[in-house]
Amino acid sequence: MTQEVYFDNAATTKIIPEVREIMLETMDVEYGNPSSMHLKGVGAEKYIRYAKNAISKQLKCEPKEIIFTSGGTEANNLALLGVVEANKRSGNHIITTGIEHASVYNPILHLEELGFRVTFLRVDSEGKVDLEHLREELCDETILVSTMAVNNEIGTVEPIEEIATIIQAYNKGHDKNILYHVDAIQAFGKQIIYPKRIGIDVMSISGHKIHGPKGSGALFVDNKVKIKPILFGGGQEKGIRSGTENTAAIAGLGKATEVMYDRLEENVQQLQLVKQTLIEKATALDGVTDNSGEAPHIASLSFRGVRSEVLLHALEDKGIYVSAGSACSSNHPAVSGVLKAIDLDKELLESTLRFSFCEYNTVEEAEYTVKVLGELLPVLRKFTRK
Amino acid sequence: MKYNTFLIKYAEIGTKGRNRYKFEDVLCQQIKNHVARLGEFSVRREYGRIFLYAESDYDYEDLIKELQKVFGIVGICPIVIEETVEFEAIRDKVISYVQEVYGDKAVTFKVNARRTNKAFPMSSMEMNSELGHFVLEACPNMKVDVHKPDVMLNVEVRSQVYIYSHVIKGAGGLPVGTNGKAMLLLSGGIDSPVAGYMISKRGVELEAVYFNAPPYTSERAKQKVVDLARIVSGYSGKIRLHIVNFTDIQLAIYEKCPHEELTIIMRRYMMKIAEEIAKKNDCLALITGESIGQVASQTMHSLACTNEVCTMPVFRPCIGMDKQEIVDISEMIDTYETSILPYEDCCTIFVAKHPVTKPILEIIKRSEEKLADVIDDLMQQALDTVEVVEAKVEDLQA
Repeated sequence: MTQEVYFDNAATTKIIPEVREIMLETMDVEYGNPSSMHLKGVGAEKYIRYAKNAISKQLKCEPKEIIFTSGGTEANNLALLGVVEANKRSGNHIITTGIEHASVYNPILHLEELGFRVTFLRVDSEGKVDLEHLREELCDETILVSTMAVNNEIGTVEPIEEIATIIQAYNKGHDKNILYHVDAIQAFGKQIIYPKRIGIDVMSISGHKIHGPKGSGALFVDNKVKIKPILFGGGQEKGIRSGTENTAAIAGLGKATEVMYDRLEENVQQLQLVKQTLIEKATALDGVTDNSGEAPHIASLSFRGVRSEVLLHALEDKGIYVSAGSACSSNHPAVSGVLKAIDLDKELLESTLRFSFCEYNTVEEAEYTVKVLGELLPVLRKFTRK
Repeated sequence: MKYNTFLIKYAEIGTKGRNRYKFEDVLCQQIKNHVARLGEFSVRREYGRIFLYAESDYDYEDLIKELQKVFGIVGICPIVIEETVEFEAIRDKVISYVQEVYGDKAVTFKVNARRTNKAFPMSSMEMNSELGHFVLEACPNMKVDVHKPDVMLNVEVRSQVYIYSHVIKGAGGLPVGTNGKAMLLLSGGIDSPVAGYMISKRGVELEAVYFNAPPYTSERAKQKVVDLARIVSGYSGKIRLHIVNFTDIQLAIYEKCPHEELTIIMRRYMMKIAEEIAKKNDCLALITGESIGQVASQTMHSLACTNEVCTMPVFRPCIGMDKQEIVDISEMIDTYETSILPYEDCCTIFVAKHPVTKPILEIIKRSEEKLADVIDDLMQQALDTVEVVEAKVEDLQA
C-alpha cells in the first residue's frame, strides 16, 4: 500500500470530526426550518446564531454583518454584483487585478459587458498588486475595488491594508465612498483579518478550505454598505440572501472557524514547517525553482523540462495528490493567468505544480514527496514531446 | 392511448432461409435483454411475427427508445387486439381506436385490411370498404385518400385481430449474436465508437481494447473510454473492455526509433496486441475507426503499413466517410459529447510535429529492429497485465 499524501488543501480539505458532529446534530435532531415559528424552528435558528457569532468574533464585526451563502463563488458574486447594483449611481468604474479567481474575474467580465469600465491592476513578479497603479486609476467614477487577500495559485499575500489605506485616503480627499471588497477565501483561517479595522467593506470566506463542508460560505458586509440581493425569494438573511438557510453547512462553517482560530498559531507553525521543508529540499533537486509567496499553506514549484500534467499523474501514482499550476492538455491550451501575470519563464508555464497544505500534513510527507520527485524527474525528462 | 402489445417488424432476417428460426430466436432474446430493466414483458413468436407484451406498468417513451436500440428491428407497431373474430366486434374496436388516437381531426386515411385467417367470411377488399364507411360515419372530419393517406389503418385478421396505424422506425441491421464476435480498438475519439456501432449493427458481438499510457494519460481519460464502451453497449450488449498498459512500449519506441515514425510503429504494435487479445477471446476480426486520409497515420500508405502486422480481417466501417458523416452518427448514438471531452490519449502525447505520411514498409521494419532486444518482453508484459472491465449500459447512471 503506497502512502497517501494529500497536498491539495487549497482545492479543498477534509472535514474534521468536530464539524461533522455539529452537522449531524442539525440533520438528525435540529432539522427544522430556522424560519418556522415553532420550537423546531427555534432549535435550528440557534445554529445559525452560533455560526454568526463564531465568525463575527474572529472578524471583530457584528453578527448581523455576516450573510451566509452557498460558498465562496456565491459570496464573490454577491459582493460584486450586489454592491455594484446598489451603488451604480455613484459611478461606473471598477478596479480589480489580473490574478483574481474565476469567481471574481467572471462576474467582473459580466459587469464589463453590462457597460462598466474595468481596470485590471498590474502585479509584480511576486504577484503583489502594484499600489502605484491603484493610485493612478482611482477616479471620480470608481465605485468598487476588489482584490484577493491570498492568491490561490502561488500563495502571494496581497497588501490589503495598504490598499484599504489608499482607498480611504482617496475617499477622504475627494469626498467619495469607493468600496473595497476582499476575496479572503484562501486567507481565512490561516491569518487574522479584522475587516472593519483595516477598512474592508465587503469580504468573502468559504468553509471547505478550512475543514468545513463544501457548499458553505459567507460574506461580511459592513453595516454602512449598500448591497442588493442577487437571489430573490423568502427574504432570509435580511433579504440579501433568500432561500431556506442551509443549517448543516452554516453550523459546519461556524464550527470550522472556531476550531481553526483556536489553533491558529500552532497550525501556521506546522504549515510553515512543512512548506519550508518541501521548498528547501525540492529546490535542491536539478531544475526545480520556487515561485511561492508568503502564505503558509501554498507552495508553487516549477520543474524544468517536465509537463505538469504528466508529473501530477506520476505523483498520483505514488499516492501524492497535488494540482497543476495551469490546466494544460493538447485540447486545452489555457495557461494560468497568474503565472503569466508574474512573468514566469515561458518554458515553465506548463511545468508548474501547486502543493498546498493543512495542519495535518507532516514534515515526513514533505520529505517523502521530495524523494519521489527525485526519482521521477530524471525519468520524465528523458521522455518529452519533441 | 395506453398500449400493452407491440408488433415487432423485422425485414432482413426474414430472408435467411433455414437459419431464419435461429435469427428469430436471437432477436427475441435481444429484445428481452433490452427491455428487462423497464418492467415485466414477454416476447412471443406467432406465425412468423414477434410480439412484445407488457405484463406490468411501463413508460411508453422509454420502451420505444430502448426498442429502437435493438438491431434487427425495422419497425415497432403499438397495436390493439380484438379477440373476437367477428365483423361487428372488429368494427367497434376499430372505431374506438380511431376515435381515441386521432380524435376527430381532419386527417386522411386508408384502411388496409389483411386476413391470413381464411375462415373469416369477408374478403380484404370488402373489409376495407366496410370499415372505411364506418370510420367516416364516426369521424366526419376524416377523409379517405387511397394514394397518400396520412394514416394507414392496418387491420390484420388472424386467430385474433390486430389493429395499428403507427410504424415507428427501428435501428435495422441484424440481431447481435448472429454473426460472431470482433475486437474493437477503442481510442476515446469520435470515430472508434461509431465503428463499433456500425459493425455491431450487422449482428456482431463486441469486445474492445484500449491502450492506456499512465502517467502520460490520466484516470479520467480511461474513465472516458469506459463510458464510451458503456454507451455503445446500449446497442451491442455488454462489452468486455481490455485495458492495456502501453507506456513502456511507447517509451521504448520513443527512445529507439526515429521520432517521425513513432505513431506508425506504435499503431503496428497496437494492432499486434489487439490481435493477440482477440485470438484469446474468440474474436474473428478487428475493428478500427480509421478513415482514409483523416490524419497522417490514416493515409493509404500508413493503413497498408499498419495492416501488414495483422492476419485477421480488419473492419474499418468509417473508411470512406467524411468526418462530418462520422460526427453525425456519433451524435445519433450519443457518443459525441463524451468523445470530445478534452483528455490526452496515448496517440497524442509524443506525436511528432511532422509524422511520416508515406511510410515505406521496409524502412519501418528496419526501425523496428532496434527494438528487437526488448520488444518481446514488453509485449508479453503488456499482455500479462491487461485489466478487463465489463462495460454495461446500466452502469452509466451508477
